[in-house]
Amino acid sequence: MLSDYAPAAALLILAVGMSFVILFMSRLLGPYRPTARKLAPYESGMQPYGPAIRRIPVKFYRVAVLFILFDIEIIFFLPWAVIFRDLGVYGLVVMGMFFFILAVGFLYEWKVGGLEWE
Amino acid sequence: MFGPGESSTIIECSGDITCHTLHAILTSGLLFFVLLTAFAYTTVLERRFLGSLQSRIGPNRAGPWGLLQPVADGIKLIFKEDVTPSSAEKVIFWLAPMIKVIPVLLVVAVIPLGPRITIPWFDGKWYRMDQGLIDVNVGVLWLLAITSIGIYGVVLAGWSSNNKYAMLGGLRSSAQMVSYELSMGLAVVVPVMLSGSMSITDIIEKQNATPILGWFVFQNPLAAVVLFVALLAEVNRSPFDMPEAEQELTAGYHSEYSGMKFALFFMAEYIGMVAVSMIGAGLYLGGYHFIGIEKAPLLGPVVYSAKVFLLLLGMIWVRATLPRIRYDRLMAFGWKVMLPLALVAVAWTAVTVIVADELDEQSVNVVGSVVLLVLTLGGLAVWLSRIGRKPEQASVHRVEVVTLGGQGVGAPALHTLDRLFGWPMSIVNLLARRRLQQQDSDTHRDNAD
Repeated sequence: MLSDYAPAAALLILAVGMSFVILFMSRLLGPYRPTARKLAPYESGMQPYGPAIRRIPVKFYRVAVLFILFDIEIIFFLPWAVIFRDLGVYGLVVMGMFFFILAVGFLYEWKVGGLEWE
Repeated sequence: MFGPGESSTIIECSGDITCHTLHAILTSGLLFFVLLTAFAYTTVLERRFLGSLQSRIGPNRAGPWGLLQPVADGIKLIFKEDVTPSSAEKVIFWLAPMIKVIPVLLVVAVIPLGPRITIPWFDGKWYRMDQGLIDVNVGVLWLLAITSIGIYGVVLAGWSSNNKYAMLGGLRSSAQMVSYELSMGLAVVVPVMLSGSMSITDIIEKQNATPILGWFVFQNPLAAVVLFVALLAEVNRSPFDMPEAEQELTAGYHSEYSGMKFALFFMAEYIGMVAVSMIGAGLYLGGYHFIGIEKAPLLGPVVYSAKVFLLLLGMIWVRATLPRIRYDRLMAFGWKVMLPLALVAVAWTAVTVIVADELDEQSVNVVGSVVLLVLTLGGLAVWLSRIGRKPEQASVHRVEVVTLGGQGVGAPALHTLDRLFGWPMSIVNLLARRRLQQQDSDTHRDNAD
């Protein structure tokens, strides 16, 4: 039931309101004297060199793809976990097969070096 | 103990619209206040406790025992200049702290702070209500979903700053958080299996079947350990604080943030610590349960806070003890150690419960012990096969830290205990030494050739 979640809206309103107030607080109360050097990106005191947003190493992308694969498989455990006592041995065997496929995929990925951070 | 009499009427609060609204407003206000106070005092706790672990004092000037330190810090941050870099993506730069802080406040909404209570109201009736904000039947999914939103705040902050350090910090943090989320997701499956429900209230109530020993940490300690490590990584706490490593990334994704925008990130981190401690305590440490809590349900929040406090102390202790791990090892640990361990933990509970159901209701502890024995032997075999493989990782020389040269009964007793618990380590040391000698002689032979 969606109305079960209604009380959480009160907390959400409080959280959004507080972060809004806090966000603009130091702009309102603190000093604001910008200079060109102060507004430049911080690079340990050096002159900023080149753009910061450039091509991203592909390994981060690979982690994201692997995460999506495994997360979907893990989310699949949750509905089974709720009723697995009712399913009994049958459920255990069926889930064991799924588990086996998951493990084989994981070991293959490990073997081909998909988990190496190079 | 006072309670409703024979003649008094008891009304379910969730059925009464006025009571329901009032309960929602009061509970959310209270929860909000408690979290913000907890944030302020967790910072003091961390600085004081870390100070004493490092043989120094920590902040003790503002107020008695430094208790007004968070107030002083807050006032200082409010009056700091708020700089927005000229090359930043302005809108996202301003939104990112909000995206980071709102989820950690929202995530505790599903956690009940105590058992259901019956309290009198001014109209002479008694109302029965939860001590949590909402009790939904998919509470575990709520935890997983809401904690994941915080990643967006980090990534967007790093990206919109248009700063190289911030960009790297945001990228690292996103990769780390998604990697450890897998083991966290598997580790929260185990309480769901043991309780047969995804509601946090049901999970906590189920742990009260036997006092203290019924807590899920004793049913499946492996999953509990995996969950606590994964939660440490989720909130970027040491030793997993790579995204904000001061020495190499100058604070990572919040390098460019100043003033109260920085305070929001700071707040998100510490409220996150409190929130994940609440999750850990609720799922594995029995939540508000302790011996005799049924007689005084209003003490539930006190018990819960005590458990959260202990977990927070543990987190700070870990920070004082362990150095930060290198980023490639962090990812390898998340994928190659934590994920297989989490899978083993789920299989452990599944096999134990199903086999025990087939045999006999009472045999669950016996079956669990058998599975634990098998797992321990298997783990030991893997471990023993690995020792001595890399000489720099296996310590051959035993370091005597404590010398028991004293007189009397105490020292011999301790020596006996040491021998009693130490014999597995002696075997390991012996094996490692033999293997290393073997390798040495091999290399000598190679050199001779």
